[in-house]
Amino acid sequence: MAGPVQSIERAAAILRLLAGGPRRLGLGEVASSLGLAKGTAHGILRTLQHVDFVEQDEATGKYQLGAALLHLGTSYLDVNELRSRSINWADALAARSGEAVRLGTPLEGKVLVVHHVFRPDDTLQTLDVGTLLPLHACSLGKVLLAFGAEPVEPLVDAGLEEYTRHTLVRSEDLSRALVEVRELGWGAEVQEMAMGEAGVAAPIRGHGGLVVGAIGVSGPVERICDTKGRPQPALITLLREAARAISRDLGAARW
Amino acid sequence: MVERYVMSIDQGTTSTRCILFDHRGRLVTVAQREHRQFFPQPGWVEHDASEIRRNLERIVPEALSDVGIDVGQIIAIGIANQRETTVLWDRRTGAPVCRAIVWQDVRTAQLVEDLRRSPGDAFFLDRCCLRPSTYFSAPRLRWLFDHVDGLEQRARDGEVLFGTVESWLIWNLTGGADGGLHITDATNASRTMLMNIRTLTWDPELLEFFGVPSAMLPEIRPSIEAYGQARSMLPGVPITAALGDQQAALFGQTCFSPGEAKCTYGTGSFLVMNTGTDLVRSRHGLLTTVAYKIADQPTVYALEGPIAVTGSLVQWFRDRLGLISSAPEIETLALTVEDNGGCYIVPAFSGLFAPHWRSDARGVIVGLTSYITKGHLARAVLEATGWQTREVVDAMNADSALAMKELKVDGGMTSDNLLMQFLADVLDLPVVRPLVAETVSLGAAYAAGLAAGFWPDLEVLRRNWHRAAQWMPDMDPERREWEYECWKRAVERSLGWIRPSGPA
Repeated sequence: MAGPVQSIERAAAILRLLAGGPRRLGLGEVASSLGLAKGTAHGILRTLQHVDFVEQDEATGKYQLGAALLHLGTSYLDVNELRSRSINWADALAARSGEAVRLGTPLEGKVLVVHHVFRPDDTLQTLDVGTLLPLHACSLGKVLLAFGAEPVEPLVDAGLEEYTRHTLVRSEDLSRALVEVRELGWGAEVQEMAMGEAGVAAPIRGHGGLVVGAIGVSGPVERICDTKGRPQPALITLLREAARAISRDLGAARW
Repeated sequence: MVERYVMSIDQGTTSTRCILFDHRGRLVTVAQREHRQFFPQPGWVEHDASEIRRNLERIVPEALSDVGIDVGQIIAIGIANQRETTVLWDRRTGAPVCRAIVWQDVRTAQLVEDLRRSPGDAFFLDRCCLRPSTYFSAPRLRWLFDHVDGLEQRARDGEVLFGTVESWLIWNLTGGADGGLHITDATNASRTMLMNIRTLTWDPELLEFFGVPSAMLPEIRPSIEAYGQARSMLPGVPITAALGDQQAALFGQTCFSPGEAKCTYGTGSFLVMNTGTDLVRSRHGLLTTVAYKIADQPTVYALEGPIAVTGSLVQWFRDRLGLISSAPEIETLALTVEDNGGCYIVPAFSGLFAPHWRSDARGVIVGLTSYITKGHLARAVLEATGWQTREVVDAMNADSALAMKELKVDGGMTSDNLLMQFLADVLDLPVVRPLVAETVSLGAAYAAGLAAGFWPDLEVLRRNWHRAAQWMPDMDPERREWEYECWKRAVERSLGWIRPSGPA
């Protein structure tokens, strides 16, 4: 195993230094306290600022700990903020795909629907924001499980409920499906929650690539899937474009 | 076949946006740029019209290159703009003679008070259907004449031109000092206090009253008609529509039938109802305004209820109180409690607009007890937007024979699910959000595309409209009435706080 990474050690020292007192510190103070060159300290501070671990006071240019540190461990992204930042992309996805769009985040072993755009055909539909869906039986949930936004074990331990004869109820089947989701970068559900219904979903990533939610398109199986029962490639393309656009907005660099 | 697009230019209070729409009314690309806000004195708000023009010069090519198309693929240009903002410029040099005075600016407060005493509201209501307010352009022109040396004479000599922002942009797009078109559309002109609302011409009595020489005024044209071709930025592309931003949103929401209404929820909120070709004079504190005029067809009118503070109350809660770190978190905080705990906030930060029109009101928080948490305050912040809308809807229903059946909503606050449900609850009406959120830009594009033959008629546009979400009323009627009574009592307590003169 390789030795400690020097820049991470230095970053940790800077955070400890800033946490050590109530006062904001200037670049010179940080550099001299830790015996670093100003350029080095500045580079690390800039990076820490970029991930919101450090904030710089606009007026004085001095540094302090950032708000994101307080939320460490909860991978905190306000669900209403997620909806607000996704709304234009989710609308565009519904317009282009002609299907209903939902956004989900994990909540206590379920998927919480945080946003819902109607299928744009003006038929009677009911807003289901706030509804909880089973993680293992819907595409949104499978994506959240596959990318580590929610642990799999407690779910399997509690037993996987069967909604239709296609629901993945054996833990081996679920594990295999999750590996596939990770490989493809998207997940599908074909008549696993309700007969005649299908859906596809892709991950939404925040800072550092952390998966904070999933966006999905769902509808009748004959519209979501081709004649072989596989999701339409064109739909997947639209979906992944939307997911990437939202992720970029949320600060994920590479997705 | 080469794909063609309509370009929409949305010149707003904080930014200028250039958006392309395809034949199915779908947004293809957005380029935008913010401009500076100048606050030279308390209550004063100014823009640099040259900066706005330069921003447009930058974003137009950005939008084209983003989609990789050339000017020839733009079939028409439509403009939607911040209303009432007053621009004056030199006819020969094309340079603004002063900063543009923005609709939020209240420097004319004293003048407006005087006008309301004498000659009184009726004089103005008869002619332009507006009661004097710092909101409109004409008092600003008078103020400028009274405060800028020589300006009134230069205007009389025809050296200085006046316009709202769309006039400024069209003049620049069509050649500027070298033969640019000096025109405005009827919706924008209806917000100046200088246009006769019935004839859609400059009203001689109002011009005389404010001392505005007709030499400086743009020609009033229909909102939807081929005005002329652009010469700079988009050479050869016809400009075929101009609408004030709220009228553009009404058009974008396809509220083409009498009784159809929309409310745009932004910094402030603007509820506008189509009243058809009937000019409805409000007796309940609403404005009568031009909704749109298509070429030589009869004028379509609207009733409008502007609400000064809605989204900006959330911003205040975030920036001044620091109780949340982003605007959407207001919903998270509000959901930590079941109800408002008996607390109400009336955000009369600079008085109240529709339906009260009380400049002597100031904000109040009432019902405070030691039980109240920041969660209750967050509820009260959101509910203030709901109740202010209810007051305007009540006024609309009282003024017009057309009872509202549903409310179409757009704007940033529509992503707040709790607020949208509360709106449906207090209005006792379905609240509907369309699939295209950019209704201002879409409206300008629809209008321009209609004039250019890109779309054949209003029915085709109506079929492009799709419901993205709908909230149904679900509140016990007795509770609704009780809460509404509480709100009204809170409003009473905000009135009359400002006295004519403070200590010297």
